[in-house]
Amino acid sequence: MLLQTKSLTAFYGDFQALFGIDLTIEPGELIGLIGANGAGKTTLLRAITGLLPTGGEKVFFNGADIGGMRAENRVRLGIAMVPEGRKLFPSLSVEENLNLGAASGRAGIWTLARIFKLFPILEERRHSPATKLSGGQQQMVAIGRALMANPTLLLCDEISLGLAPIVIAEVYKALPAIRESGTAIIVVEQDIAQVMRIADRLYCLREGRVVLQGAAKSMDRHEIAKAYFGALA
Amino acid sequence: MNWLDIIVQGILVGGFYALFATGLSLMFGVMRLVNLAHGDFIVLAAFAALAIIQHFGINPLACLILIIPLMAVLGYLLQRLLLNRTLGKDVLPPLLVTFGLSIVIQNALLLTFSADSQKLPLGNLTTESVSLLPGLNIGLYPLAVLIIAAAVIGTLQIFLYKTPLGAAIRATSDDSTTIRLMGIDNRHIFGLATALAFAVAGLAGVLMGGYTNFSPASGPQNLLFGFEAIIIGGLGNLWGTLLGGMVLGVAQAIGAEINPGYQVLAGHIAFLAILLAAPRGLFPRMAG
Amino acid sequence: MSRNFALAYAAVLFACAALPLLGDNSTRQLGIEFAATLTLATLWNLLAGYAGIVSIGQQAYVGLGGYVMFALAVFTGMPVLLALPLAGLACGLIAIPAGRLVFRLRGPHFAIGTWVLAEVFRLFFAQISTLGGGSGMSLPIMSILAISHSRPHRLLLFYAFAATLALGTNLLVYLLLRSRFGLGLTAIRDAEPAAASLGVDVMWLKRIVYIGVAAFTGLAGALIFLQNIRISPDAAFSVNDWTANIIFIVVIGGIGRIEGPFIGCLVFFTFRAAFANFGPWYLIGLGALAILIMLLQPKGIAGLLHGLLSRSRKLTLR
Repeated sequence: MLLQTKSLTAFYGDFQALFGIDLTIEPGELIGLIGANGAGKTTLLRAITGLLPTGGEKVFFNGADIGGMRAENRVRLGIAMVPEGRKLFPSLSVEENLNLGAASGRAGIWTLARIFKLFPILEERRHSPATKLSGGQQQMVAIGRALMANPTLLLCDEISLGLAPIVIAEVYKALPAIRESGTAIIVVEQDIAQVMRIADRLYCLREGRVVLQGAAKSMDRHEIAKAYFGALA
Repeated sequence: MNWLDIIVQGILVGGFYALFATGLSLMFGVMRLVNLAHGDFIVLAAFAALAIIQHFGINPLACLILIIPLMAVLGYLLQRLLLNRTLGKDVLPPLLVTFGLSIVIQNALLLTFSADSQKLPLGNLTTESVSLLPGLNIGLYPLAVLIIAAAVIGTLQIFLYKTPLGAAIRATSDDSTTIRLMGIDNRHIFGLATALAFAVAGLAGVLMGGYTNFSPASGPQNLLFGFEAIIIGGLGNLWGTLLGGMVLGVAQAIGAEINPGYQVLAGHIAFLAILLAAPRGLFPRMAG
Repeated sequence: MSRNFALAYAAVLFACAALPLLGDNSTRQLGIEFAATLTLATLWNLLAGYAGIVSIGQQAYVGLGGYVMFALAVFTGMPVLLALPLAGLACGLIAIPAGRLVFRLRGPHFAIGTWVLAEVFRLFFAQISTLGGGSGMSLPIMSILAISHSRPHRLLLFYAFAATLALGTNLLVYLLLRSRFGLGLTAIRDAEPAAASLGVDVMWLKRIVYIGVAAFTGLAGALIFLQNIRISPDAAFSVNDWTANIIFIVVIGGIGRIEGPFIGCLVFFTFRAAFANFGPWYLIGLGALAILIMLLQPKGIAGLLHGLLSRSRKLTLR
C-alpha cells in the first residue's frame, strides 16, 4: 500500500472538517475524489501533504507514519501536489516555476526536457512570467512543477477549474503519460463524468465523511448522485 | 547658495540611507515584516566594531570581515527563534516585538557603552576629498559608500534573479505556503532573508560609524531615514531605494543650507510631500 | 461584555478615583499621572485594539496638545479651563489633514509614518523660539496663579480634571462599542474585507476614530504639561514616554479589552515604583516582558483572567 489514512480527522481551529477518513491507494492507481464544495476534498489533500497538521497514527506512506512530518519533508518522500487554483509564483517565469519543483532533489524520469515534451507549448513560453499564460497553460505549468519532484504519489486538486472543456481535455491527456511512469494519482474533481472515465476507484465525500467508495466501473450514476447530495437527491 | 554642491553632497549621503534601507526592504519584501529595531541593529554593529577595535586594535574596515558574518548569524537566529513566531495575519505582533527589541537593544548598549557619542577611528580617510570644480568638493569616503551601496544592490539583484536560491526567495515572498510544496522550508528561507538583511545592516553600521557620530539612541533615526528612502523610491524596488536615499539626502542638504537646524526636518517634509503627491513612490516596482 | 462586568469595572474605577482625593500632595501627583496615563492607554487601545489602527506616533498629539495650551497661555492669557478643551480641539483639527497623509500608508508602514509625523512636530516646535525653542519653556507664573494660589488646591483641581478625563474616556469607549458605530469598528477589527463588503465604510470610520482619538490625546497632553508646568520638544514628543510605555501598558494589560489599559497601568506603575531605580535594566525588563507577553499570552492579563473565569464557569455548570 502506497498511502493509507486511518480514521483521519482534521480541524481548522475549532471547526472539524474531516471525521474519520479511511482511504488507501496502491502504487500506480488512479483514485477519484469527488464531493460537493465544502465536503472536505481539499482538506483531505492538505492533510496528506502535511500543510494541515493531523497528528500521529493517521497517515501512513509506504507503511511509515508520516503524521508528524512537515510538508516540505513529505515532498522528499515522494508526495507532490498540484494545488487548487494552481498557485503559481507570479514573480517567476515558467521555467523558474518548473525548476523550483525539482528543489527537493528527487531523482527520476521527470526533467525539464521531459516536461516540455509533455507540454510543448510551455517550451515556447518558458521565459514568460508564469501568470501571464492562459488558464490551461498555467494548469500545465502547475502539473509540470509537481512532476519535477518525481513523486510516487501525485495529488491533483481541481485541475479543470475555470477551464473550457476543450482545454480540460488537453490537460487530462497528460494523465496517462504520468500513470505510465508508475506514479499513483489522486484526482479531486467536480466533473464526475471526467473522473469516472479515468479513475480505477472512486471516493465520494460529504460533510467530511466518506459516503461512497468502490471501483469506478461498477458505480452507478444514481448511487453517486445520492451519495454526493445526500438523502434529498 | 551653491546648488550644485548641495545636490552633490545630498546624493553622496544617499548611499548611506540606501544601505540603511536595503535590509529593511528585504525583510518586508520577503515576509511583510517591518523590523522596528532595524536602526538599532545598525548601531549595534557599529558598537560591536568599536568594541573589537578597542580590544584588538585592528582597522575598523577590517572589522567588517567579522561583523558581517556575525550579523548574518544573528539575523538568522533572531528570525528562526523569535520573529518567525510573530508572522501571521495580525500586523501587531511583529511591530510590538521588534519595538520591544528596539528598547532592549538601546538600553543594553547604554549599559555596556554609556550614552556618549562615539565614532569609529578612521583618521583622515573620511575627510579626503577631490575637487572637481571650484566650490565643488566630493568626499571620497561618501563616494565610496555610494559605490558600495550600488554594488550591494546590484549583487542582490543578481542573486535574487539569477540564482536558484534567489528564485526560491522570490517564490517564498509570493507564497510562503506553496513553497513548502516544493520541498523548501519557508522558515529557513525567512531566516536567510533576515541573515542577508542583517549582513547589509552590519556593513551599514560600520561604514556609518566611521563617518558620523553614533550613540545608543541613534537607532530610531536610522530606521526613519531608511524607511523614508524606501517609500520615496517606491516599494519593492531596490534601485528605487537607492534613488530614494539620494532624494532624501538632497532634501536634507537643502534644508541644512537654509538653516542647520532644518536638516532632518527638511527630509521629513520632503518625504511627506512625496507621500502626498506620489503615494506609491517615485519608481514603484520598476522592472529588474 | 456583560452589564454586570461593566458595572463592576466602573465601581472599581470610581473607588480608585476617590483614593487620591483623600491623600496628600504626592498621592495626588501620582493620581494625576496615573489618570493621564490611563486616558492615553484607553485611547491607544481604542485605536489599535478595536479599530485595528496601529499608531506609534500618538506622541504627536500629546505634545501638540501641550504646546497649544502653552501657546494659548503665553499669547492670550486665556484661562486654563478654556485652553484645555481648545488644545484638544486643535489636535482634532490637525489630525484631519495629518490623517489624510498617513492613511496613504498601510500596516507597518502606516505605523512608521505616524512616527515620522510626530518627529516633524518635534522638530518644528524646536524651531519656534517664542515657545522656548529646543530647550523648551515654563508656564508663566500668572497662568499658574490664575488657577489657584495654593499648590494643594491646584493639584486637587488637576486631579479632578485628570480623573474626569480618564473616567470619561472609559465611559465614552464603552458607549461607543455598544453603539452601531462600535459594531462597525469591531467588524473592521475582526474581518476588514468582510466588513467592507457588507457596506461598512471602513476608511471613513477609521478616519473618524483617528481624529477623535487625536483630540482626546491632545487634551490629555495639555493636562499633562499643564501640571508639569514645563514643556520641551523632547519631553512633549517623546516616543518612549507616550508611545512605548503606553503600548506596553495596553499589551500587558490586555489589548482589545476595556479593562486592559487599567490593569496595564496598575502593573506598570507598580513595576516602576519597584524597579525604576535600576535605570536601563528596568527598561530592558519592560521590553523583554512585552516581547514575552506578545509571544506567549497576546491577550494580556485581562485575556488570561477571562480565560480562567470562563473555564471555572464551565466547571461550575456541571
